Amino acid sequence: MSELNFMMQLPALQVVLPLVAAPLCVLLRQPNLVWALALAVATSCLGISLCLAQQVWQTGVISYAIGGWQPPFGIEYRLDELSVFMLAFICLIATLTLLGARQSIEKEIPGDRIHLFYATLLLSLTGLLGIISTGDAFNLFVFLEIASLSTYALVAMGRDRRALLAAFRYLILGTIGGTFILIGVGLLYMMTGTLNMQDMAARLPEVINTTTALAALAFMVIGACLKLALLPMHLWLPNAYTYAPSVASAFLAATSTKVAAYVLIRFLYSVYNLRWANIDIPLNEVLALLAASAMLFASYVATRQIELKRLLAWSSLGQIGYIVLGLSLATTAGLAAGTLHLMNHAIIKAGLFMAVAAVIFQQGGSTLMLADLKGLSQRMPWTTAAIVAGGLGLIGVPMTAGFISKWALLQALMESHAWGYIIVLLISSLLAVVYVWRIIETAYSRGPDTRIGRSEAPLGLQLSIWAFVAMNLYLGLQGSPGMSLVTRAAERLLGMEVSL
Amino acid sequence: MHFQTGESTEMLETITSLFNYWIAMILMMTGLYIVIAHTNLVKKIIGLNIFQTSVFILYISMGKIKDGTAPILADGIETYSNPLPHVLILTAIVVGVATTSLGLAIIVRIYEAYGSAEEDILMHKDMKESAE
Repeated sequence: MSELNFMMQLPALQVVLPLVAAPLCVLLRQPNLVWALALAVATSCLGISLCLAQQVWQTGVISYAIGGWQPPFGIEYRLDELSVFMLAFICLIATLTLLGARQSIEKEIPGDRIHLFYATLLLSLTGLLGIISTGDAFNLFVFLEIASLSTYALVAMGRDRRALLAAFRYLILGTIGGTFILIGVGLLYMMTGTLNMQDMAARLPEVINTTTALAALAFMVIGACLKLALLPMHLWLPNAYTYAPSVASAFLAATSTKVAAYVLIRFLYSVYNLRWANIDIPLNEVLALLAASAMLFASYVATRQIELKRLLAWSSLGQIGYIVLGLSLATTAGLAAGTLHLMNHAIIKAGLFMAVAAVIFQQGGSTLMLADLKGLSQRMPWTTAAIVAGGLGLIGVPMTAGFISKWALLQALMESHAWGYIIVLLISSLLAVVYVWRIIETAYSRGPDTRIGRSEAPLGLQLSIWAFVAMNLYLGLQGSPGMSLVTRAAERLLGMEVSL
Repeated sequence: MHFQTGESTEMLETITSLFNYWIAMILMMTGLYIVIAHTNLVKKIIGLNIFQTSVFILYISMGKIKDGTAPILADGIETYSNPLPHVLILTAIVVGVATTSLGLAIIVRIYEAYGSAEEDILMHKDMKESAE
């Protein structure tokens, strides 16, 4: 009986665990101890999320009433296929980035602040896991702000003083985005009288054509798009990723915008339940158009960058376009492709940013210019190989994870007869070839001093990088498991009959 | 002429009956304008606060019921305002305070690092640095 009880508390436990560990980190202070604690917490969260995923896969949606207050009156944690999928991969990324974090953070952050870095990272993880788990719209806003506030602090810890300004701009735009979501939730509460998203979805059809419900939709979509940095709401992102500590860049690039995309999926598909596609406002066309312009413009800007982290940041903005394009199709195939690209891109980008962290660890300095990579293949052959693997994933070369999700997106676009967007997809991939080639070409060109011997990064960083690369290749070679997961998640969201 | 007065009273009625929402919207736009237009970082935070406060008013207004009192269980109290938005806004206020304090803390560090809290001066300094 007690074991059964424990299993039933898992949905709350995985959010509470990092929340409790964060102040503990501040108390412990000792850098290595704090790192070990953070890693242990992230690993336990990963274990819990895998447990939950198994449960959901076998028995369907889990509903957990916080404090025993039954939904829709109390706050409900609601885990469906999409949420456990997101939970598992966010925890995985947190675990792997923390695995490689110790040495890099020791070098980039002053000794007396290291424990604060891990504490804020755990708080950010709390927020992200909370957003994914909760079934309550207002609770989602609170977790969103927990995640965002700690993210601003993480960015501000960068070594360069420009990190501060980047964090401040992120704070301003992030808060506006969060407040927009708050307004949207408020307007929906006004119309439906409930905060539970499931309940909202049930009551919304009666009021869907009122101005208030449409305004709520607009506020929520714009708020979520600000957080996920969809062009033209992306201004905060390039500087934040460039000047944040390297490990923080890897963690944020792979998680925070991805969870914002999850928020968008929740609002559009769970709350508005596809009705957003049949209203007077051509919302899906607007989203698709913005996504297409992100794919073209951001990828083009990425080809013009001379700073490596900034290049990767702009490439992220382009890849966010792919994800939103998938979502905007409002079909099972499109949603599945978008969700799959969400995970695949997160894994690829986290691997690349960790590789950058390794190079910065060896070369010193707070930023890494593209020109600094010269001769990298001689100094750090393994890290260079990892960068090549990640770069190929960004382009979407067969046998990498990027190919699988881009292929899925291509098929979804064909199914919806969106031929124009297929051309955009191809052009954007060509632009990716250009910017990835610039990195690879520099890394394999002769360095200024060929006498410098090999000096690879420490084991932890290497392990983390190669775990990401291995997953990138595994997902690329074994496309079907990932695809079946997201297809089932998409079917659930679109309210279809889910085959267990 | 007669028709016109009827129309204007109708309009006046819409304005007065939605008075709180008008104020919320005006404050919201004022706040956003300050955030966008001012280069001083502290003023941006002030603008952000006004913006957030407008949302608090929006929430509290929707909980108000005409002739309603505080939701207390007692004799003679039958109509009362919806307490839920108030509770929600308590949480949102806490979030707002946290945001403000973090924003101000970052401004202090910016001022220490750059010697200024004016955005255009900061950008000028950054440009000069990257040019060198």
